[in-house]
Amino acid sequence: MKIAITSQGNSLESKLDQRFGHCQFFVTYDSDNGTIEIIPNPYHNVEEQAGALAVKLLSSKNVAKIISGEFGLKVKPMLDSLKIQMIILKDDSKTVQTIIEMLNKTYSKEE
Amino acid sequence: MPRLKIPRKVNNPPKVKGFKPYGVISESEKLDPVILNYEEYEALKMCDYDMYNHHQASIMMNVSRPTYTRIYASARMKIAKAFVEGRKIEIEGGKVYFDSNWFYCKSCGCHFNNPEINTSVSACPLCGSSEIEQHFEDTTTSQENINDDMCVCPKCGYTKKHMRGVPCRNERCPSCNTPLVRQNP
Repeated sequence: MKIAITSQGNSLESKLDQRFGHCQFFVTYDSDNGTIEIIPNPYHNVEEQAGALAVKLLSSKNVAKIISGEFGLKVKPMLDSLKIQMIILKDDSKTVQTIIEMLNKTYSKEE
Repeated sequence: MPRLKIPRKVNNPPKVKGFKPYGVISESEKLDPVILNYEEYEALKMCDYDMYNHHQASIMMNVSRPTYTRIYASARMKIAKAFVEGRKIEIEGGKVYFDSNWFYCKSCGCHFNNPEINTSVSACPLCGSSEIEQHFEDTTTSQENINDDMCVCPKCGYTKKHMRGVPCRNERCPSCNTPLVRQNP
């Protein structure tokens, strides 16, 4: 299962971005084989519809869950209809690395 | 029988359950808390935090614009009352439904939803902890009395489903151009 995390930078030490559509980078983590992919967000500087465009980008990558600080009002119904789970984490001191470690523990337990 | 309340849609459940005053001088700790409903919290957030106007916010909450304004006015009255009298604010209750089921994890502090309605959630998707809590939802009449009023043309009998927030008289009959009137089924 693929999980997307919004990130402020292009390394695993960077922190979780509190915005979804306008975040700097998306980090996708595949819990089945542990691969990590960093995708720069092409809609970072788009003024309107950044959230909607980002949803399209992530759904084309078959992401099942998205971790971010906040999801906009237009994004929520879109993700609902695509059956993508939203995880809101308000704690912006967490780095992408720690989140991936948390996910790793959770999903290795299940198998 | 009074008119039934239309369930209000809440997009963002509040992150806290309430607020407490500090530095209390009198015996106001014994006062009853002010109960702020979920819809009032949402109305206040939409208008004063997200800076939507009442019309946009009413559409997002799936109520008419005058109803939204009443909810908003009630929210401000309650908050003012709590501020002035030094009462606690508790956010709970109200006639609401959420766009999807939301949960809160007590262990890592994250909020998450459950897009698969048929499967139940037992653990947090992030930390795997089972210490999770579902946000309040008034399920008793959440979906059933969705308005099925009709807009009817008084001349030729043309009917159209009533759109909430759009007064019938603003809609015109496509054949004879007469303003439509409301008809309850």
